[in-house]
Amino acid sequence: MAKFFAITIIVIAIASAIPIVRHTWDPPANISTHGGLIDEQTSETMAEAGISFLISQILLALFIWKFSSFRPGDKIKTFPGGAKTMVWAGFLLVGTEVLALGIFGVKAWADVYFIPPAVDAIPVQVQAGQFAFYFRYPGPDGKFGPAHPELINEGTQNFFGLDTDHDADSKDDIVTAEMAIPINKEIHLLMHTKDLGHSFYVPALRVHQDFVPGLDLSLHFTATKVGKYEIVCSQLCGLGHYNMKAYLEVMSQEDYDSWLKKQAALQ
Amino acid sequence: MHDMSSHEVQHHAPPTSFIRTHVFSLDHKVIGKQYYGLALLAVFIGMFLSWLMRLHLGWTNLAIPGLHFLSANGAPGNVMTPEYYLQLMTMHGTIMVFFVLTTAPFAAFGNYFLPIQVGAEDMPFPHFNMMSFWVTFAGFLVLMSSFFTSDGPTLGGWTQYAPLSAIGAVAGPGQGLGVVLWACSIGLFCVGQLLGSLNFITTTLDMRTKGMSMWRLPLTVWGWFITSVMGLTAFAVLMPACILLILDHVAGTSFFVASNLVLNDQLQPHSGGSTLLWQHLFWFFGHPEVYIAIVPGMGIVSHVLLANLRRPLLSHRVLIYSMGALAVLSYMVYGHHMFVSGMNPVSSLAFSFPTLIITIPSTIIVLIWMGSIYGSKLRINTPSLFALGFVSMFISGGVSGFFLAQPSIDIMLHATYFVVGHFHLVMAVAAIFGIFAGTYFWFPKMFGRMMNDTLGKVHFWLTFVGAYCIFMPFHYLGIAGNVRRYQAFVDDYIQPLIPLHRFITVAAILTGLAQFIFLYNLIHSRFWGKPATDNPWEATSLEWSTPTTPPPHNNFGDKLPEVFHDPYQYGVESSVGDYVMQASPEKVKTVNEEA
Repeated sequence: MAKFFAITIIVIAIASAIPIVRHTWDPPANISTHGGLIDEQTSETMAEAGISFLISQILLALFIWKFSSFRPGDKIKTFPGGAKTMVWAGFLLVGTEVLALGIFGVKAWADVYFIPPAVDAIPVQVQAGQFAFYFRYPGPDGKFGPAHPELINEGTQNFFGLDTDHDADSKDDIVTAEMAIPINKEIHLLMHTKDLGHSFYVPALRVHQDFVPGLDLSLHFTATKVGKYEIVCSQLCGLGHYNMKAYLEVMSQEDYDSWLKKQAALQ
Repeated sequence: MHDMSSHEVQHHAPPTSFIRTHVFSLDHKVIGKQYYGLALLAVFIGMFLSWLMRLHLGWTNLAIPGLHFLSANGAPGNVMTPEYYLQLMTMHGTIMVFFVLTTAPFAAFGNYFLPIQVGAEDMPFPHFNMMSFWVTFAGFLVLMSSFFTSDGPTLGGWTQYAPLSAIGAVAGPGQGLGVVLWACSIGLFCVGQLLGSLNFITTTLDMRTKGMSMWRLPLTVWGWFITSVMGLTAFAVLMPACILLILDHVAGTSFFVASNLVLNDQLQPHSGGSTLLWQHLFWFFGHPEVYIAIVPGMGIVSHVLLANLRRPLLSHRVLIYSMGALAVLSYMVYGHHMFVSGMNPVSSLAFSFPTLIITIPSTIIVLIWMGSIYGSKLRINTPSLFALGFVSMFISGGVSGFFLAQPSIDIMLHATYFVVGHFHLVMAVAAIFGIFAGTYFWFPKMFGRMMNDTLGKVHFWLTFVGAYCIFMPFHYLGIAGNVRRYQAFVDDYIQPLIPLHRFITVAAILTGLAQFIFLYNLIHSRFWGKPATDNPWEATSLEWSTPTTPPPHNNFGDKLPEVFHDPYQYGVESSVGDYVMQASPEKVKTVNEEA
């Protein structure tokens, strides 16, 4: 029974590692300038955690195998060095490992959150609400008109609560249900929610940020590959949460310019 | 230490009426069994809900025969609606975290065995103890009652993030009355746990019998003691948070709802509240709660393991210090649930380092266990299999913590199935294995009969392999970016993962079915099991020194025991065999006497 248990542990440990080693299930490929660092950090952590996992499980199995079969006269043996070995191993092996991961990981985090957006980054506003994202571009004047929550009306498609009759800056604002951005240009994403907590998760971009009612948050990123990618909500926001999604289209500069013109004409 | 005055405080005569003996009992042992019964009822309800959820996730439009009887609105034509999925998910999480993972290893076993293991007649405040169970039970009934309201239970998840939870029925089905019932239930649960923790702490500090120094306490008692200290601080924060949440519903306050929110094109009449306030309050409770669920399991597993390793632990004190370190650090790491919440990104780093550091005491605990298996005389039986299974599950669930401790990686993994896999393995499955180990180990003492070992082993094998088949793939789903709390998978990049979800569903149903073997074994053995001897495992702690099995009303008869030894003196030569009991005055050459 003990030997069979030991073999089962080893088989489970190895079987668990196979899909990871073979990359059977991977996230969508990275398309952002900062995402490479996140992927690298993940791979390093995977290597360290994976090795710790396999070694621990295999040792556990071997100990179960060996020490369950003893003869009546056998004496209890103490692990070399006793508890001190274990405490030192805990501090040195794992302590060093996690501190190294922590310190290296700071760079990946800092790239996303501590470096301010470039001055010429393209501003795009995103508004989350049950159960859709809407996007706003500032138009030729480069300014977003003020939003008036009391004017929000989905029936009249005034998603942001704009007062185009009175606010000059709002007149040329472009509101869309899909997000388009030019390739290799930094985007400054200005985030707010009209109702509840939501999240802006674009796996391909390696971007994930909650919307917080009452707070204006921002993110910046640069996409490096033309294509159509999914933006999904990851913060439970009600019955339609699973279906709260939009598409991000990364385009060449020319395509983006003409897309923006087309959208302006539709307003 | 031994103190006659405190014994007088808790002394109460054996009850004579049925009601006082079995219902409103002051006896910690009956209260422990009542908690166990509640957890047993709750775990089967929670598991049944998870079956429904898993079926729906594998085959979204599947008609589940009879489902409309559970909720006509939630399952018209027996097909689950999106909101009903979320309601079942919320109830599954709430029932399991509170009424199973906190109730069984801590309140049930702690109530039954803590006073016996310290050598006391009962707890110092038996009325508080009785109240703690009945308040908890009332909390459970209140939670269950939300199934019978017109729009069903809340759908906000066990974390009840505001303002979805605080803004009222306008946010969706169950977000009005459902949330109020949820918050009342959890508020009551907090009261029950505060009363219980108070009793556990005072029993441990004041009711120890002669010779029972703190270092001579079994690791189970240390686990429950450390958990009680955590419980006292954690539940004391969750309870007011629940009260504020209720006030947002019934008193027109706005603690958790910000200004200028628009739902259904209507500006909401709230202003000035903070969404993040709820998250801070919740996780200040929520992360210690993870350890509240697992630390008693660590104590139980150490206790069961040592009786079967036939040797003392590599170091009793290092394990206790490590469990203490987990408890202290658990308050400093809670922000890792909030890396992408909008909290200041510098705070994320501040919460990341303690989270990484908490892996050190966790690792030391595992290494101490493994180092103690080395050179032991391991007996394989159902309790030891579950204890060893716990170690394996704890390692598997623990290593995924390396990822989630890092904010940069959390960008990809936050709110995905990776998190679900992580906490299920490390907190839920590991804790459940601790409960099983404790049940098979202590059943003979609690009921005077042995559980069937063959059925126990069959139960173990199916559960061990099944749990890995369910929860390891959760990590793969998360790595692929599969967001949690979705009732269906409509995203292009998630749809290819549906076959893996179906595999998990089949594994979950089979593993769940295996739990009926346990239930059968439990009930059958209770009435028809082989009669147990006083000390069937040849164990050393005081619960095995009671004059009768099960123990009498006052645990030790006329005279409280005196303690002469460390709790785990196995591997010695004594008149009874390779162990010496704590209450035995026999002098033996000890292997590793640390006290």
